[in-house]
Amino acid sequence: MSTDTLTEATRADVCVAAVADCFRGDGEIIGSPMGTIPTIGARLARATFEPDLMLSNGESYFFEGDARLGAKPDEFAVVGWIPYRQVLDVLASGRRHVMMGPVQIDAHGNANISAIGDWARPKRQVLGSRGGPGNTINHTTSYWIPRHSARVLTPKVDMVSCVGYDRAAATGSAGRFHEIRRVVTNLCVLDFETDTKVMRLRSLHPGVSVDEVVEATGFELVVPAEVPTSRVPSDEELRIVREVLDPRGMRLREVPA
Amino acid sequence: MADKRMTPDQVVAQLSDGMTVGIGGWGSRRKPMALVRAILRSDLKDLTVVSYGGPDVGLLARAGKARKLVYAFVSLDSIPLEPNFRHVRENGLVEAVEYDEGMFLTGLRAAAQRLPFLPTRAGLGSDILTVSPHLKTIESPYGDETLVAMPALNLDVALIHANVADERGNAALTGPDQFMDDLFCLAAEKAYVSAERVVPSEELLKAAGCVHTLTVHRYMTHGVVEAPNGAHFTECPPEYGRDEAFQKAYATAAADPEAWAAFERRFLKVESEAAYQAAVAEFAKENAK
Repeated sequence: MSTDTLTEATRADVCVAAVADCFRGDGEIIGSPMGTIPTIGARLARATFEPDLMLSNGESYFFEGDARLGAKPDEFAVVGWIPYRQVLDVLASGRRHVMMGPVQIDAHGNANISAIGDWARPKRQVLGSRGGPGNTINHTTSYWIPRHSARVLTPKVDMVSCVGYDRAAATGSAGRFHEIRRVVTNLCVLDFETDTKVMRLRSLHPGVSVDEVVEATGFELVVPAEVPTSRVPSDEELRIVREVLDPRGMRLREVPA
Repeated sequence: MADKRMTPDQVVAQLSDGMTVGIGGWGSRRKPMALVRAILRSDLKDLTVVSYGGPDVGLLARAGKARKLVYAFVSLDSIPLEPNFRHVRENGLVEAVEYDEGMFLTGLRAAAQRLPFLPTRAGLGSDILTVSPHLKTIESPYGDETLVAMPALNLDVALIHANVADERGNAALTGPDQFMDDLFCLAAEKAYVSAERVVPSEELLKAAGCVHTLTVHRYMTHGVVEAPNGAHFTECPPEYGRDEAFQKAYATAAADPEAWAAFERRFLKVESEAAYQAAVAEFAKENAK
């Protein structure tokens, strides 16, 4: 697999390229991808069209160069120290774009990473709100959903950990830094480029139909008359993903071929 | 010259029922687990535990030591969801206060600076404010902006774990992240630091490796405990990584009442930290087979 860049792109590869495109135009800020495909996607963006993006190993080290998923600090060029306290300070400066994985998200982009059911006594406790509230009110956010379903894309989230467009607008001037750029799923790419800032189908991954996405979405999605197909990564991008960033194929565990 | 060395049980003897206890570290990383285990062995109850939570929160809540949890998340890192935290939340066994990570940091800073609150943008628009009606907003006196007035996270006691300390209570955090440990100490009336080893002051800088790691100072700390492997089973780099096999056994046991009772008997309802460490060594030997 490692040298065969001519084989067709998998669905996971399309997702990686769609994630990379989320970071397009970001320049010299921190990219903070959470999860496997987001991490590969952000590294692909830097390896190709977004060379100024700053990336950490997910813990405390900023590194330069194209590091393989799971690489240890002695395998890459460490150029900065970014402990959690500094992350929390820098994010309030806005110089960051995070990609998080919600357990629920609604049409306005309100997302839940905290608990399912009544927060006071949840049916299923998950992580807690982590940095979601501060991330979303302070800087650009995108989301990654490896299994697009009506349980995740739901009319109403049980706990708004991460602020959507309607909630941000209601905060007044404090909400001026809010942006949810994209939601990438295993089926499609979604955005909020509508007059009312509600979720819109931006592109369909190759082989996916509008009906399939609508069926798997628990709220009414804005579907343009013509929906483009998500781009297939170039041969060079596929080579970088397969040979450099993810030679063990971890992305295929998140989105099977 | 004060020698602040104590045993874990002597630290716990300084605590009383109903206290607010802040715990350093982050998730399943450099947690003062020897001190947490000493609390588990004690009669203490009704604690409020304030933590970037990991197994410290899970264990204290499951054992009924904590009545109230203050957190932004509770996770075991390599195992994302903390099973004992899930158990107490899903069964309504604890009171919970959930903050954003940045709000939590702002609250520690306010406490450390003896301020009633500090303003922050984090939390606005989210349900953090809905589920915690005690949180208030404030109008900027300098312009048109509403912000969250994050209340000080005042602590009675802070517990942290360091890589190395001296007997007077100076300590080094030599791993890749120092988290908020110094702020926990400053936010508390009293702070206790356990350390992998305690060395004479003359040797502290050499043991610490670099002066930038010496961020816990003796005016912050009231007791020092030498606790080798004291962060187990959480990681304590560069001394050791997380004991993933043990953590997995912990998480598996926590999901089943009978298995949990057996885990408690073997590892937690033991007479001392030394007995715990012996049981862990035995577990490692079995696991290596």
